[in-house]
Amino acid sequence: MAAGVATWLPFARAAAVGWLPLAKKTMPKPPVDNSSRSDEILYVNVSGVRFQTWKNTLDRYPDTLLGSSEKEFFYNEDTQEYFFDRDPEMFRHILNFYRTGRLHYPRHECIQAFDEELAFFGIVPEIIGDCCMEEYRDRKKENQERLAEDTEANEASDAPLPPHSTSRERLWRAFENPHTSTMALVFYYVTGFFIAVSVIANVVETVPCRPPKGSVKDLPCGEKYQLAFFCMDTACVLIFTFEYLMRLFAAPSRCKFMRSVMSVIDVVAIMPYYIGLVMPENEDVSGAFVTLRVFRVFRIFKFSRHSQGLRILGYTLKSCASELGFLLFSLTMAIIIFATVMFYAEKGTKGSTFTSIPASFWYTIVTMTTLGYGDMVPNTIAGKIFGSICSLSGVLVIALPVPVIVSNFSRIYHQNQRADKMRAQQKVRLARIRMAKKGTANAFLQYKEGRAIGARDSDSTALCVKNRSAFEHQHNHLLHCLEKTTNHEFTDELTYSELCMTESVGFRTSRSTSLSSQQGAQNNSTGCCPRRARRRAAMRLANSTVSVSRGSVQELDTLHIKTTSIPPQTRSSLNAEPGDLKLNCGEQDFTAAIISIPTPPANTPDESLPPSPAPIPGILRNTRATAYTHETVKISSL
Amino acid sequence: MGAVVGTLTMQTKQRRPSRDKADDDLEMTMVCHRPEGLDQLEAQTNFSKRELQVLYRGFKNECPSGVVNEDTFKQIYSQFFPHGDASTYAHYLFNAFDTGHTGSIKFEDFVTALSILLRGSVTEKLQWTFNLYDINRDGYINKEEMTDIVRAIYDMMGKYTYPVLKTDAPKQHVDAFFQKMDKNRDGVVTLDEFILSCQEDENIMRSLQLFENVI
Repeated sequence: MAAGVATWLPFARAAAVGWLPLAKKTMPKPPVDNSSRSDEILYVNVSGVRFQTWKNTLDRYPDTLLGSSEKEFFYNEDTQEYFFDRDPEMFRHILNFYRTGRLHYPRHECIQAFDEELAFFGIVPEIIGDCCMEEYRDRKKENQERLAEDTEANEASDAPLPPHSTSRERLWRAFENPHTSTMALVFYYVTGFFIAVSVIANVVETVPCRPPKGSVKDLPCGEKYQLAFFCMDTACVLIFTFEYLMRLFAAPSRCKFMRSVMSVIDVVAIMPYYIGLVMPENEDVSGAFVTLRVFRVFRIFKFSRHSQGLRILGYTLKSCASELGFLLFSLTMAIIIFATVMFYAEKGTKGSTFTSIPASFWYTIVTMTTLGYGDMVPNTIAGKIFGSICSLSGVLVIALPVPVIVSNFSRIYHQNQRADKMRAQQKVRLARIRMAKKGTANAFLQYKEGRAIGARDSDSTALCVKNRSAFEHQHNHLLHCLEKTTNHEFTDELTYSELCMTESVGFRTSRSTSLSSQQGAQNNSTGCCPRRARRRAAMRLANSTVSVSRGSVQELDTLHIKTTSIPPQTRSSLNAEPGDLKLNCGEQDFTAAIISIPTPPANTPDESLPPSPAPIPGILRNTRATAYTHETVKISSL
Repeated sequence: MGAVVGTLTMQTKQRRPSRDKADDDLEMTMVCHRPEGLDQLEAQTNFSKRELQVLYRGFKNECPSGVVNEDTFKQIYSQFFPHGDASTYAHYLFNAFDTGHTGSIKFEDFVTALSILLRGSVTEKLQWTFNLYDINRDGYINKEEMTDIVRAIYDMMGKYTYPVLKTDAPKQHVDAFFQKMDKNRDGVVTLDEFILSCQEDENIMRSLQLFENVI
């Protein structure tokens, strides 16, 4: 139970006097509180620092070490105090939690030390107050990440291979973590070298070399030493193809591998070569072929496997894509506006380079980014004015979003992380709170079960009773009083849904008792029978199993309720017979597995219950109580 | 440069209104209430000094300002009934405790009511209960008031009950209650009828003795 509620329990119990005139049943006896009434001061010695507090203060949270009987283990008879060999500084915060009901996280303390203290004293970190919760979470997350990184690094470097791994797994591991084996390392460096070679070859290819003998024009080296470059290219591509195929073979999930970015880059890097091989030396397609060679530059991206920094950059760009998009959009807007203005301003001039609005785009971009090539300049006064406005605003338009984007990016990024974290944690928190609530609810149900069992076996009850604190006893007594007032019992969700949905009818093994109870209940207007009879009971075929529910409860409790839909005509006719509460038990006819309980209709159920899949619905009226042996009979009994 | 200044001013503007609100809130929570002296309370109630001390310590710890307002009261009461919704009943209970209709319960109200409930005579307890049921304080309990109270009590049971809670269960409960209490069948229950009927019922009399040892 949550903060400080134990103090208010006496008041809640006193307020239960208000239920007494309404109660249908007599109230249960209250638990006997044998503990001493008078409040006493406890002495807690934590490594020499003595703390004193009221016993009540510690009793507020009975599910912690200090609030429960667990502290008796630390009681020192000689000095009449509780001795804990822990950090007194931390204990101060723990004790403050009992005093104020809020747990604070001291910022200067190590998060792990704090967690350990909380774990020792049985306090869940979830109840840290909102004032300190964020700080606590951040520190904890940081710590966890650091630990995770460390363990990852450790694992990655010197974790031994799991035994019985296939060659495929070993190959994949070698590819992913080149530091694991020498072969992998060698392969890693070799591929790196070849990537570099390939990229340099691509670059050098286009450098003009000295022309061969007999020619004046400069030739790019690629054409001069065509064979050499071709051989180099072939070698590189062979290595890359081999590497790609090896990776494809070793990948645990081939589809996933083929969709990953790196593999796409690999494919794009080697494809042009093969396409070039396949394509004939045709004039028409050679243009396209030349374009394809451009893709060879993608080989440089293969370096990202070798460089952590490249990967981080790529990830950063990907994550702030929306901000970049915004920048692009605002720039586009400004460009279009200014280009239009400049075009119309310069339209009149002769020989103007602003031939069209798209042509003015180039001017606008060059001016706004303050490049100012000077290939296009305005000549008119209006053009010059707008041109200067353009360049001034260019500074703002480009310079303004960038810091905002940077700060936005950092803020939104962290906020999103935090919001997602909080949402996820909120769900977890709510789930935990719900579980705790259910726990308290379940505690009461357990207490009831314990009581029922205890009625038969006094020894085990005594044990159970001892394990519960006085607070729990009193709280359970309070809930029990509420049950008696309303004459309904608390159940849990499962049982409730069972009650609603089940189609089977349970009955007592001794039908005579149920008969007699029903007949007896006939005469008792305030007994449970008529009320309980006012349900829809369903009957099943003979092959349904006899289910006896809740052995400790009375006969009619064993009737399971089936939610059914009643055809309208019968409902109205049922409506026509109000108020007859008597159970017409005389007309019952029992067969092997079916109980027919003709129950009179009294009030119409106004809740609409979902129709359940019943084979043959038949409605039983109270005067015609016959047992249908081969049909499912639905009784609307109200 | 302008960009930097722009972003800075943007952020400070956002913070200012919230600070004003925080100041207002701070002022409101400073309202404090101190109860009368221990001796006076001991004279007015049936508790001993020790018991009053224990009660006050607990009360003060939960409500350092010395008063409980309705929301806090509802929250506290709801924690005892995790299955259902205790807020409606807590509202009626709050009104019963808050005899002065001030909107908040002070320690004196708290202790006076507890004194009646735990140490009072049978008549006093029944009178307190009558006041609880009589929502509009007109001296009569009519069916609507009773239905409200009973429905509030049934709300505390929550959804998952056994047997399954019918929507007319409160109404039937109220009918049974009026059957018993309304002697002259005039549709309302007066204080005398109430006390008389309760005194005739053995169960109620016996149960009233149960709660004496709560403190």
